[in-house]
Amino acid sequence: MSNYTIGGGFSGENATVQSAHDRPNTITSGHKACQGCGEALGARCVLDAAYRLTGGKIVVVTATGCLEVFSSVYPENSWNVPWIHSLFGNAPAVASGVAAAFRRLGKEDVRVIAQGGDGAIADISMGCLSGMFERNDDVLCVCYDNQAYMNTGVQRSGVTPSFARTATTLPNGVYFGNEERTGKNVPKIAMAHGIPYVAMGSVGNIRDLEQKVVRAMGIRGARYIHVHVPCPLGWGYPTSETIRVARLAIRCGLFPLFEAENGKVVGSTPIEDQVPVEDYLRTQRRFAHLFGKNAPVNALESLQNMANENIDEYRLVGGLAHE
Amino acid sequence: MLHQLEGSQAIARSVALCRPNVVSAYPISPQTHILEGLEGLVRSGKLESCEYMNVESEIGAISVALGAESAGARSYTATSSQGLLHMMEVVYNVSGLELPLVMTLGNRAVGAPINIWNDHSDAMAARDAGWLMFFAETNQEAVDLHILAFRIAEETQCPVIVNVDGFILTHAYEQVDLPSQDQVDEFLPPYKPNTSLTVDNPMAIGAMVPPEYFMEVKHLAHRKQEQALEAIENLGNDFYNKFGRNSGGLVHGYAIQEAETVVVTMGSVAGTIKDVVDELNREGMKFGELSICCYRPFPVSAIVSALKNARKVIVVEKSLAIGLGGILSREIELALNGLDVQMVSVVAGLGGRNITKAMLKECFLKKSSGEVTFLGLDEKLVNSNIGSGL
Ligand SMILES: Cc1ncc(C[n+]2csc(CCOP(=O)(O)OP(=O)(O)O)c2C)c(N)n1
Ligand code: SF4
Ligand SMILES: [Mg+2]
Repeated sequence: MSNYTIGGGFSGENATVQSAHDRPNTITSGHKACQGCGEALGARCVLDAAYRLTGGKIVVVTATGCLEVFSSVYPENSWNVPWIHSLFGNAPAVASGVAAAFRRLGKEDVRVIAQGGDGAIADISMGCLSGMFERNDDVLCVCYDNQAYMNTGVQRSGVTPSFARTATTLPNGVYFGNEERTGKNVPKIAMAHGIPYVAMGSVGNIRDLEQKVVRAMGIRGARYIHVHVPCPLGWGYPTSETIRVARLAIRCGLFPLFEAENGKVVGSTPIEDQVPVEDYLRTQRRFAHLFGKNAPVNALESLQNMANENIDEYRLVGGLAHE
Repeated sequence: MLHQLEGSQAIARSVALCRPNVVSAYPISPQTHILEGLEGLVRSGKLESCEYMNVESEIGAISVALGAESAGARSYTATSSQGLLHMMEVVYNVSGLELPLVMTLGNRAVGAPINIWNDHSDAMAARDAGWLMFFAETNQEAVDLHILAFRIAEETQCPVIVNVDGFILTHAYEQVDLPSQDQVDEFLPPYKPNTSLTVDNPMAIGAMVPPEYFMEVKHLAHRKQEQALEAIENLGNDFYNKFGRNSGGLVHGYAIQEAETVVVTMGSVAGTIKDVVDELNREGMKFGELSICCYRPFPVSAIVSALKNARKVIVVEKSLAIGLGGILSREIELALNGLDVQMVSVVAGLGGRNITKAMLKECFLKKSSGEVTFLGLDEKLVNSNIGSGL
């Protein structure tokens, strides 16, 4: 069962943390994120759920990027949790250090979360991230994937999708955005380390995301959640459309929601009403060059193939959800 | 108690006496034996309540230590040369966050060309990074400086680098006196962090600071280092009273009272220089030696008062600012600004080049041309390359 309501409607176990009148509010309003920022919403959902579950016993390590810049410009601060920002490229290692300290100081009840954008986590921290995974340090790492370096003005990252327009993959009639089938799959890299828990979540499905956080926090060792967080500024869509865009990414299959334990996929969130990738792509200016007179011939087909591969691999349509 | 130990093992044992909670380091010559020593002490249970973290890189090593320190654990790391440069972004971050981390630097040249031998190029890359920096002259002083380093770091809330000459000290077997655990415990109380990540008092560490406040933050960091001079001197005295050794403090003078010419240096080469000073003085000359033990903060007053009677100051350093010349010599020159002394700048021992007594003696007696002297330089090789159109 999936739940597309953020506001409530379900009670008890089915209610979202976000719908509760006393939600923890780990990131207070008043920060400097753009209106409709998917990353701000994603971080709030993840941390509120972790906070609720642990009774507030979390420490958060944040990498440089939009999330850090919009929330912590002195003398203001949006964080209602113990929080540290060190650098762009070392959040997983800093978190490993915090966890090591807590282990030695007898404070293992306090849980450590490392978080950052796709540039931080998937690219520049990859070495530290792999180290944290392979040592199985007791850290949950969350990557808020808006598919580019937003904070520096929307440049390509290692997880920018095929054909997407960024400031460093501008379509010009010869090139059609980001190179086709480049980039890396960080959840699979995480799974290859055999860590106890890996998941993909999205702000398009808050309840699913919260449940994944709850599951991750119930486990000790290295855990990874990759969260799809649309960015109105970088992707070029109206600020009111973040949730709709995120849901279309799920529904077309380009962003599969699944969970893996010890390196094996154990469940996926089924697509309830599948749409062609075109429905998703048409919402965003970063894909606008794929339509109209000068559109490349095979781009839509190629992206649809990628979605279909996901649908097959994770059995997203008519397949099995959690066993 | 006296032990016959390799320098690195002595340092590892000394760090262990300081009871760190988290140690995280990455192998690089000549520092490697220190981390192996510590890992061994943790694994054998001799160093209790300590997590030894095997990491994937130096940026990982110091970031783990940064995280641990910010969570309230006494932490330690060690590196050399390329490893320090690989860490560098985090080196600045640690001091900016005011985390009292202690790091050993087994001093080594920086490539290219790759070279594993000793000089002070690595240390000089960190001289403006906001850390306190000490240079050990002997293995005994290396042992003592580590105990002092944790105390100084935690009292001043500044991170400390202890510089130890690679191979010359790290791999030399010498007799050292390792204090007892009780002695060290008495000198170094358990770590009580000023600020740390705790759920009882949540705070945000590492905010972005805009132009309206940034200058003040940096000014305060500078002032804090200046104030640390007094603490470093006092703790050096405390150390002397407790352990009976004159390790630490700001500067160490040798035969300096009567000296007309004083040779200033840092690190292990001071031993050779003192031998030369003795020889020259036996021949009726008036030489002295001054070791800069505390390099950051730069102890200007202590240097001035040690050198105020000298007519000539020869700075022998294992570092070079390419395009400028000596580094320490320029700093000493600035410190002595206004005093009537002749300055001689000698760059020596780069990349592990031998420094012999004969070379030093000849150099000290030569009339200075005012140019930087490169001790033991193969002029023929250099000139043939310049001739070939360099
Ligand atoms: C070592 C280093 N390199 C580059 C930067 C500049 N920089 C800051 S944030 C950023 C991109 C952030 O991208 P991402 O992690 O995806 O976060 P987003 O802003 O997209 O949320 C870059 C390149 C930096 N701060 N540090
Ligand atoms: S640029 Fe994108 S990620 Fe950054 S604050 Fe704005 S909406 Fe959020
Ligand atoms: Mg991003």
